[in-house]
Amino acid sequence: MNLENFTIKTAHEGLIKKQFSCEELTRAYLDKIKQENATYNAFLSLTEELALTQAKKIDEKIAARENIGSLGGIPIAIKDNILVEGYKATAGSKILEKYTATYDATVVEKLKKSGAVILGKTNLDEFAMGSSTENSAFGPAKNPLDITRVTGGSSGGSAATIAANQSIVALGSDTGGSIRQPASFCGIIGFKPSYGMVSRYGLIAMASSLDQIGTLTKTVDDAKLVFNTIKGKDILDSTTIDSSSIKSSTSGFKNLRVGIPKEYFGEGIDSRVKELVEKAIKNFEKIGAKITETTLPLTEYSLAVYYIIMPAEASANLARYDGVKYGYRPKALPTGRQADQPGAGSSLLDHYLTVRAQGFGSETRRRIMLGTYVLSAGYYEAYYGKAQRIRELIKKEFEKVFSPSANGFDILLTPTSPTTAFKIGEKTDPLSMYLSDIYTIPANLAGLPAISIPCGKIDNLPAGLQIIGPQFKDDLVLEVAQMYQQVA
Amino acid sequence: MISKEQIEYLANLARIGLTEEEKKSLVSDLSSILGYVEKLNKVDTPSIKGISHVTGLENVAREDKLKKNNEQLSIREKLLSEAPKRKENYIQVPKILE
Repeated sequence: MNLENFTIKTAHEGLIKKQFSCEELTRAYLDKIKQENATYNAFLSLTEELALTQAKKIDEKIAARENIGSLGGIPIAIKDNILVEGYKATAGSKILEKYTATYDATVVEKLKKSGAVILGKTNLDEFAMGSSTENSAFGPAKNPLDITRVTGGSSGGSAATIAANQSIVALGSDTGGSIRQPASFCGIIGFKPSYGMVSRYGLIAMASSLDQIGTLTKTVDDAKLVFNTIKGKDILDSTTIDSSSIKSSTSGFKNLRVGIPKEYFGEGIDSRVKELVEKAIKNFEKIGAKITETTLPLTEYSLAVYYIIMPAEASANLARYDGVKYGYRPKALPTGRQADQPGAGSSLLDHYLTVRAQGFGSETRRRIMLGTYVLSAGYYEAYYGKAQRIRELIKKEFEKVFSPSANGFDILLTPTSPTTAFKIGEKTDPLSMYLSDIYTIPANLAGLPAISIPCGKIDNLPAGLQIIGPQFKDDLVLEVAQMYQQVA
Repeated sequence: MISKEQIEYLANLARIGLTEEEKKSLVSDLSSILGYVEKLNKVDTPSIKGISHVTGLENVAREDKLKKNNEQLSIREKLLSEAPKRKENYIQVPKILE
């Protein structure tokens, strides 16, 4: 069976025309993953039993001539910070190495109901903190296009899995670009819905006001199908919204008003990435879109705002990992610590200090420390308060360019990331790594839908074009991306 | 910009044990990140209220309903079996009082 060219639609046709059974399809993917995982390290664990049980159910339905639905029997990979009941959910951290999920995330429950076949759990930066998957406690994922390079991150395993044809679709999470940037680095489609469109119940929280679950796929059609399955209001996530009344469609490229924010093409971008994105913008113009340069002056502050709000929320969310109710239980003292130092004794405080010293990796500890600092007495207002106020201004700035009474843009076009995939081990200081997300972070701060689609290659490494839309106009973003993928 | 003493104070608040070497590298990492975010002081934010939520939702509540009893028992067993140390239906922890 050739797994190279499958999309949801072609796999679905193969299933209902009985060219192959769902069990054959599932086994073919599982075998491929087992053969290749030592190379790409895209999966942290497989959910083989669950996959084969689901496959058999789908085969029975097909035999009985029942409707299997568009996702029935379709293989899907799940980022390992999303819970699948009865299977491990490590979030890429040693502190959760032995943790087994006790319930299904809402998105997983919905996918199971749709008949999708969950193959396994994908690699990620620890607690989704990173832009390269190098922060995984279980080793970095490798870019299938060049295994000496990173996949991007934090949803690097999900992106690699799609690029390597180890699954048809994958779920990821995006807090500051963690779906779009790896999609860009691996040459696939990465969609981050508006904040509130998809339930976060069962997603291991990093920064709750920014986290959003989304899709990694080969085509925009596939992204749309999976998004429509997982979206919707959920009583178990009070931040979800009911989007059924929101209408957003376009009549095509004619009269599509496209804004090009000049701040996304300035200092720090690889000139060859810039050229490819500009070429893609020209293509939009050729097919009838109206292109206008615009300005979002607060863009230069987005990264700084993000690096206050994100660690603040993360430090609070990660306070729960104490090695008492679940997770890591320390064995010996961490190296370098003497027996008379804190963490060496047998009190509860010593227990906490040791569990969290041994269980968390260095980037996670750095962010917890930074978050604790910006929230601590005397600094809260100067850092967190200030960042929240500028975040409000950033959101307003986007509202203005999309508002019919101001610029009235339907969408914005930007690069996804300033560079193509960098070498594993290349970025050693935290700030240079953070800069990889400079174009994706603003959409998270403002809660906007955004998608990354491939727009060409430089020395065989893909670059990504980002489409950002107005809040809750997720359908519009997908429709524009769909039209563009058809003509490109 | 940030001292070793501050790092020790924060590490205690965050309940993270650190070696001397880790303290040193955190002093330099946090100082450089905090130096970078200084640029926010250039943005004038006189009377703006900070964002509380991007979707503008407030006070979302749901019915506080019990799940079925038998379902609860199976969840209890699942949760307890995650504990690193357990005695019957209790989770064992290190001594709290000295």
